[in-house]
Amino acid sequence: MADANHPSDYDADAYEREVGTAVSLDTGDHVGDGGLPERFENPGLPAHQPRMADLDDGAAKRAERQVATLFGISVVGTLGFLVAYFAVPTDARMFFPGLGDVSTSNFLLGVTLALSLLGIGAGAIHWAKTLMPDVEEIELRHPMRSAPEDREKFGDIVLGGGETAQLTRRPLLKYSMGGALGLFAIPLLVQLVGSLGPFDQPFRRLATTFWDGHEVDGDGNPIFVRPRLMRDPQNTPVRPEEVPIGSVFHIQPEGLLDLESHILEEKAKASVVLMRLNPSDFVSEKARDWGYEGIVAYSKICTHVGCPVGLYEQHTHHLLCPCHQSTFDVTDDCKVIFGPAKRALPQLKITVDDEGYLVADQPFQEPVGPSFWERERL
Amino acid sequence: MSDTTTARPADALRADDTPPEQTSSGTVRRVGGVTGWVDDRTGGAKGVNYLLRKVFPDHWSFMLGEIAMYSLIICLITGAFLTFWFVPSMGLITYDGSYVPMQGVLMSEAYASTLHISFDIKGGLLIRQMHHWAALMFIAAITVHMLRVFFTGAFRKPRELNWVIGTVLALLAIIEGFAGYSLPDDLLSGTGLRATQGFILTVPVVGSYIAFALFGGDFPGELIIPRLYAVHVLLLPAILVGLFIVHIVMVAVNKHTQYPGPGKTNDNVVGYRVMPVYAAKAGGFFFLVFGVTALLAAVAQINAVWVHGPYDPSAVTAGAQPDWYMWFSDGALRLLPGWLEFVVFGFTFSLNIALGSIVLLPLIYVVLGIYPFVERWVTGDTREHHLLDRPRNAPVRTGLGMAAITFYTILALACVNDIIAIKTGMSINDLTNTFRVSLFLLPPLVFWITKRIALSLQRRDRDTVLHGRETGIVIRTPDGRFYERHEPLDEYTRWKLVSFESHAPLELEPATDANGVARKGARKDRVRAALSRFYFTDRVEPVTPAELAAAHHHGEEHEQLEVPAVATEQRITSGQH
Ligand code: HEM
Ligand code: FES
Repeated sequence: MADANHPSDYDADAYEREVGTAVSLDTGDHVGDGGLPERFENPGLPAHQPRMADLDDGAAKRAERQVATLFGISVVGTLGFLVAYFAVPTDARMFFPGLGDVSTSNFLLGVTLALSLLGIGAGAIHWAKTLMPDVEEIELRHPMRSAPEDREKFGDIVLGGGETAQLTRRPLLKYSMGGALGLFAIPLLVQLVGSLGPFDQPFRRLATTFWDGHEVDGDGNPIFVRPRLMRDPQNTPVRPEEVPIGSVFHIQPEGLLDLESHILEEKAKASVVLMRLNPSDFVSEKARDWGYEGIVAYSKICTHVGCPVGLYEQHTHHLLCPCHQSTFDVTDDCKVIFGPAKRALPQLKITVDDEGYLVADQPFQEPVGPSFWERERL
Repeated sequence: MSDTTTARPADALRADDTPPEQTSSGTVRRVGGVTGWVDDRTGGAKGVNYLLRKVFPDHWSFMLGEIAMYSLIICLITGAFLTFWFVPSMGLITYDGSYVPMQGVLMSEAYASTLHISFDIKGGLLIRQMHHWAALMFIAAITVHMLRVFFTGAFRKPRELNWVIGTVLALLAIIEGFAGYSLPDDLLSGTGLRATQGFILTVPVVGSYIAFALFGGDFPGELIIPRLYAVHVLLLPAILVGLFIVHIVMVAVNKHTQYPGPGKTNDNVVGYRVMPVYAAKAGGFFFLVFGVTALLAAVAQINAVWVHGPYDPSAVTAGAQPDWYMWFSDGALRLLPGWLEFVVFGFTFSLNIALGSIVLLPLIYVVLGIYPFVERWVTGDTREHHLLDRPRNAPVRTGLGMAAITFYTILALACVNDIIAIKTGMSINDLTNTFRVSLFLLPPLVFWITKRIALSLQRRDRDTVLHGRETGIVIRTPDGRFYERHEPLDEYTRWKLVSFESHAPLELEPATDANGVARKGARKDRVRAALSRFYFTDRVEPVTPAELAAAHHHGEEHEQLEVPAVATEQRITSGQH
């Protein structure tokens, strides 16, 4: 036992033996004694100082009345709560100095409940402090470890238990039981984890959006239909001439806002921002090619952890994600110029259809949104 | 003789059983009908007596754990109320409740029922706000309680086990808080879930599978809120309450630590008995905490979910922050630069995200959990410690703690960098870069400063013991010199300043034994000796009676103002290099 090597805390001789300032590793902890022979003695508890209420009956009476008053305040609070509950309608508002316009009901219910509770708390504590015994008492500690006999007996019982059950003599029992116990949880885990899913190549679903097409062909591949760009939330198509320079539109693919279900799942991937710049503002050729007369469309889903990139600064042509301030330069393919995101926002190639409305010329060419393991492999 | 003739008492199973002694239930009944009745059936009086007679030491810092306990209970009570009206469903409905700005808006039932609780249920808003305030108080109290335990060394043997349980509680508490925060399905909480899905996606190999498992497919899906609901109201509370009971039972079994002082030793507990003093104080304190929660809920609005509307993955609001206990993680995400994402063999590693979320969170708690074992290894100390350390008497530990707080605080502040930028007019880029640099520079600096402060406080304690308390009375001698009169300390005050241990660094044993054979574990010992030097090379020893006698002998109780006592100063620092 390591303990045997260590001076016990109360072993004054051990202190004495230790001289010098560094001690050897194998003896473990040491208490430096500065090379000096002895330490101060614990002077023991200082004399008890009686309180006013212990000496003076008048003070004790006063304390009693104070405690009773606090309990009384609590009763008043409780009654106040009941009055406020039944008398004040939920929608009443009131002005309270320092708080402004507040819900009357919430304010009154809260304050009265607080009085009801604080009164009890303060009363009980005041009582304890003034009238209950305040003479400190002493309880002795004992080492946490059990007595050696008990530890030994414990070992004997556990080992003996195994022996009387013939566990030690019959290894077959030991190993088969171990195997059974080791495996029994697996079915439960399999049921849980296996049924959580869906697990059919989830990364493919991360990589497809509503722009790819909502209908599928015989192989289950989406059919691309050059969907129009629709204003969100108006759900109306956009003509290029309706998009002045410096403006920004929130866009969803045609059909998405008509969905009956799973609308949020589709929005979480398909949302797009549409902006118009002066074509000469672009430093990248692709921006011009994939846009339409200076109108460009980019995924609105941040490539960091997926917040909508909601803020557009007209002067600098920067898109800013409010979550962690990743900043994307619209003139330069929406590359990251500041912040924790690594990748540029994916661009949606747009053009106009026969009726002169903006449409997607092709779906996104890379997965939108946050990175994932298989992203570059798709 | 036949069996039937053997008289056997009716209450013995076998013939040779001794009849049970009559219990003195007469006395028990005098205590009270109910307690007597229960004791007749349980024999619980002895155990309860023991608990009611237990002595607890008194100190304000011991109330921090109590605040955590009470706010947990308040959360359980108010949370149970909320379950009666909250609908944990992501099914979409059109709102037609009494909050006019949202009428006609498509929203989840979860969000609609949260509005219902806030505007249509009488007192519902109060309960909601109490629940949220109590949750914030719970996590704040745990954190400060943990710091108290750390800085006073209360985690040392035999309490390492309880420290580990505490660490698990702290981790579960923030997960519980996050799960609850997500339930209303408002814009802010949905944005938090969105980011969480982003974190999960960065798990190598199986990230997209885990995300689909948890969300039941694409984000957001319709399952995450019902699932988080089960976690928030059933699974985690059950574990929290279970662990917390073990935690408290361990406190009773280990008996509470106490601060050093006259009359207090490592093998006693000085304080007051549970009955009646603690029963009244702790019970009263519960009502105080409860009352403060109610007052906060009355006057301070929290999580006004109706302001930003229901969750919509294409909508966002500027200045969105999670609850304070998640700031550090969100802040880390803001500081980690994008170049930490890279592609190897076509596989994407997003360390810019993973490091701040799925790595940082567990890492912090693992480091916390193992600290007692590290310190124990370094000191080689296997004794039980029931007397707390004053933080100054453990300068390196205190320094490490302050450095950790600094690190955490910088991360947390980084989460509000946009708000700081607006308030101070600094550019957000400069601010972020400042935070990035500070994260590496400030913790070591704070460590160093704290350690120096602790050492000088220790030296001041020595000075006070040796030369007494300064009285502020300056005396002029006939020959024109000035003295400040120092008053010697009484033995009680002195004991507080001298009753600590100063550890000496461990010394390396030779790496080879007498025969020149390399000793096993020599390298490990080198690390240990180096760490031990790191902890204990700079140290200040407590004053001994001999030193005090010497100081008196030199007549130093009338220390000269002009001439510093050089000789003493040297002795104080003799432990240092
Ligand atoms: C659910 C959250 C928690 C509750 C309700 C709780 C409650 C308590 C209470 C009431 C005490 C006794 C009074 C006191 O010393 O303050 C205590 C002691 C203790 N707690 Fe916690 N605690 C929680 C979390 C933690 C955490 C996060 C840690 C550390 C990682 C921790 C470590 C300890 C230790 C080591 C003690 C013994 C302290 C001593 O005897 O001096 N607890 N806890
Ligand atoms: S999600 Fe956009 S910066 Fe983090």
